Amino acid sequence: MKCRKCGDAAMIELRRHNTAFCAADFQEFFRNQVREAIRKHRMFTRHERVLVAVSGGKDSLALWDVLIDDGYDTAGLYLDLGIFDYSVESKAKCEAFAARRGVPLIVSAVADEVGAPVPVIKQVTRRPPCSGCGLSKRYLMNRVALDHGMPVVATGHNLDDEAATLFGSVMHWRMEALPRQSPALPARHAKLVRRVKPLYRLSEQETAAYAFVRRIDYIVEECPFALGATSIAHKEVLNRMEADSPGAKHNFLFGFLDKARAAFEQAEDVVLAECVRCGQVTTGTVCAFCKLSDQVKRAAAGAGDV
Amino acid sequence: MRVVLRNPRREVDVAGNRRVKDVLRELQIIPETVLVIRGDDLITTDQMVRDGDVIELRPVMSGGTR
Repeated sequence: MKCRKCGDAAMIELRRHNTAFCAADFQEFFRNQVREAIRKHRMFTRHERVLVAVSGGKDSLALWDVLIDDGYDTAGLYLDLGIFDYSVESKAKCEAFAARRGVPLIVSAVADEVGAPVPVIKQVTRRPPCSGCGLSKRYLMNRVALDHGMPVVATGHNLDDEAATLFGSVMHWRMEALPRQSPALPARHAKLVRRVKPLYRLSEQETAAYAFVRRIDYIVEECPFALGATSIAHKEVLNRMEADSPGAKHNFLFGFLDKARAAFEQAEDVVLAECVRCGQVTTGTVCAFCKLSDQVKRAAAGAGDV
Repeated sequence: MRVVLRNPRREVDVAGNRRVKDVLRELQIIPETVLVIRGDDLITTDQMVRDGDVIELRPVMSGGTR
């Protein structure tokens, strides 16, 4: 197989684009996809400081790598979830990347902020671990960005992530989730920062290939709590469809964004307020993060009484 | 030839002297769900692999939401 641009031996085939690239031309393709995402959705400008949420995985480190090389002013944010060896290793990957590239990394521990790490939150809430984890991540990303005066948070969500989320939302007709499914969510409140996903045009295989050819040392092992996660099951369904029909995931997601999302956007009419406890944005009186933190602290106090 | 699989890490021996896509088919792996790594390089599924080769099939799936 030959590279479509230079004719050298290809190292990756992109069936959904009916093309193949060598390592050098693939990197240029990858960067151009990120640039197009930033341009099309006006994600951020070169005058804005971007907080890049990094997990130590291929997606977020690949994103940070592209943004650094394109001259954006960035800082990384690593949220230590306290998930055993997985968190120890993923944090080390982020710290090593930041040191190698000479860029700042902010580290915030969920255990310090909520009162317990994700495995304990899972036990206390008796809910799936991804629930408390996702809630804590969204809250802390926004708060850290605000505290550091950064107007935008960029995450490493890729095409597969977004297609799987959309699939799940449609399967359950989560009407409140559909308008929020966007590569760029504007700040709808003075205490909310913009949230953007510059990798949404790139597949999981493409971000992995980019990380590999750039020799980015990322954590290949999966989060131990991801085993059996619904989103993984949805990805597997979509992968089988993609195998039979290259471009299926792309068409599903981009068709929604281009043709359908606007119709659901009109249905969203939520009043935003500030949490009476922490001052962050919520739709109620006390935000979900403070409620979670209370629940964890009550459980810890109860355990202490025994 | 030897195939290194991840999550969990394990190794299997399969017949060589055929294309990567044939190895993937035997192992029932969808090509878009892995990187195919030989040495320091990625290779495409039309590449031949020989009996003495070692390739890693590194999964690309990540994330978890319930």
